Amino acid sequence: MQFLREQLDKVEPHFHKGGKLEKLYPFFEAADTFLYTPGSRTQSGPHVRDAADLKRTMIMVVLALIPATVFGIFNAGYWEMHAANPAVQLASLTVPQIVEAMLRGAWAFLPMYAVTIAVGGLLEALFSVIRKHEINEGFLVTSLLFPLTLPPDTPLWQVGLGIAFGVVIGKEVFGGTGMNILNPALTARIFLYFAYPAQMSGDLVWVANNANWVDGFSGATPLGTMFVHGADTSQYLYTWWDAFWGFIPGSVGETSFVACLIGAVILIATGVGSWRIMLSCTIGMVLTVLLLNAFAPRPTHYMAVSPQWHLVVGSFAFGTVFMATDPVSAAQTNLGRWIYGFGIGALMIMVRVLNPAYPAGIMLAIIFMNVFAPLIDYYVTKANIRRREVRLGLQ
Amino acid sequence: MKTETKKILIDPLHTQNPITLQVLGICSALAVTTKLETALVMSLALTFVLTCSNTAISLLRNKIPSSIRIITQLAVIASLVIVADQFMKAFLFDVSKQLSVFVGLIITNCIVMGRAEAFAMGHPPGKAALDGLANGLGYSLILIYVGFFRELFGSGKLLGHNVLASVNEGGWYYPNGLLVLSPGAFFLIGLFIWIQRSVEPSIQEEGN
Repeated sequence: MQFLREQLDKVEPHFHKGGKLEKLYPFFEAADTFLYTPGSRTQSGPHVRDAADLKRTMIMVVLALIPATVFGIFNAGYWEMHAANPAVQLASLTVPQIVEAMLRGAWAFLPMYAVTIAVGGLLEALFSVIRKHEINEGFLVTSLLFPLTLPPDTPLWQVGLGIAFGVVIGKEVFGGTGMNILNPALTARIFLYFAYPAQMSGDLVWVANNANWVDGFSGATPLGTMFVHGADTSQYLYTWWDAFWGFIPGSVGETSFVACLIGAVILIATGVGSWRIMLSCTIGMVLTVLLLNAFAPRPTHYMAVSPQWHLVVGSFAFGTVFMATDPVSAAQTNLGRWIYGFGIGALMIMVRVLNPAYPAGIMLAIIFMNVFAPLIDYYVTKANIRRREVRLGLQ
Repeated sequence: MKTETKKILIDPLHTQNPITLQVLGICSALAVTTKLETALVMSLALTFVLTCSNTAISLLRNKIPSSIRIITQLAVIASLVIVADQFMKAFLFDVSKQLSVFVGLIITNCIVMGRAEAFAMGHPPGKAALDGLANGLGYSLILIYVGFFRELFGSGKLLGHNVLASVNEGGWYYPNGLLVLSPGAFFLIGLFIWIQRSVEPSIQEEGN
């Protein structure tokens, strides 16, 4: 440890003003503060004393994502094997088959992850050097979130293009980490969704290697099936518990409700993610579904699908836990968070159920509410100031 | 060339560009730029209307009572738009159909009214004509840029000819669907604004 510190200290002068590698200072800074607690102090008040700085906070999000990532990798591999050979069944998986599923899943996921890191990291570093700001660990989270939202078969050039768009348009045009209005990972995902709908939606993209599929295998996600068959659960290809555990086709990280729940527990326990947002998202979703249920023209109509199904299919859980709670693009005030979360849940169901063009509503709902978050905060703050002025008799 | 003439001619192309600096005429810049051809025709139509309306209004400027000047300007512009529209219907019928209402909507294009009110009402016809032409070209510059990239990357074509063979026709290029949608044009104009202001920091707006 001491040796590492000495090495870092030895090369440090080169990166300072006038040094040979002055322009590359952001790289040195990133490596140094990644390994050691930064020595810098806040220059002006107010001060909050806390061991958790931005880097540690971001690491917690990455930790919370690990269950979803590991499960997603297994699930992607399993579906690829199942689609190629229906004899591979979940109930009778042997240990070598589980290992094979993990390896196949990793083969699908890791290249996407590597491309995301390479392209996004390069752009991030480029902007850091030009604008002379630090390279932030924020990208660590973005770069893991983004491939988790993609179907396992996404072409790698699309992954690269998507993350480039997300980093530049979603974040850097606004001034970098902490200044972005939109969630960069979601911006990247939405870009791909609108730019290349053939690779981002439909029944063929959710399981890798569709050229190897046996006849009769349908790659439809539960959400896709739901869209066709409405609330007629007898027609569904998967049970509620399949969707709950996540043994369903879908984007890599989104399928498992349980993995997202574990992530939610970690985020809430460490205080990184806002429980208010997660809870109000769910409340908004449930109430909107109940409202639609009441107006469903017949019991098997899509509008009659029950809240517990909406909870576990699609990306609702993943989006609510990891995307909606992004501290930069979410509302900052507590009351604002309730409104913001409720809006996401309600809008998601509106888009999912009432708009046949976009079956997956969560990303559109989150981006939409991201845009409104500053406005919500503004009025919440205004209302608070007014309330206190009234109390003091100033108004 | 005299400095003032040069300024009238060059500024609207760059530091006073009607779309990227004054943010006028955005509606048509989004609506007619999915293809380069429609963008080109729209540019020509607007440049024609703008140059002629500036000249005409400048000639009339001392006769127009100030209380009814807006309606007089509109009458001039509307007549010119009808001329442009009829001309296109006669000679460029296909493009005219694709442009649909947007030719007629040149009347409401803020650039035309803006130049009439801000420049032609206070300058002699020669300068007003030049100003109209230059602003028309500034508008055209952005439209052609947006139309070029939207058609090239959105459908792999330029002026209807295949440039990047798209997968739908057995080629290798995956057309980018976002560029065909209006937000694609927004992003392109936004990028242009970003680059333009980075190259020329003096035109950046003051922060508040």
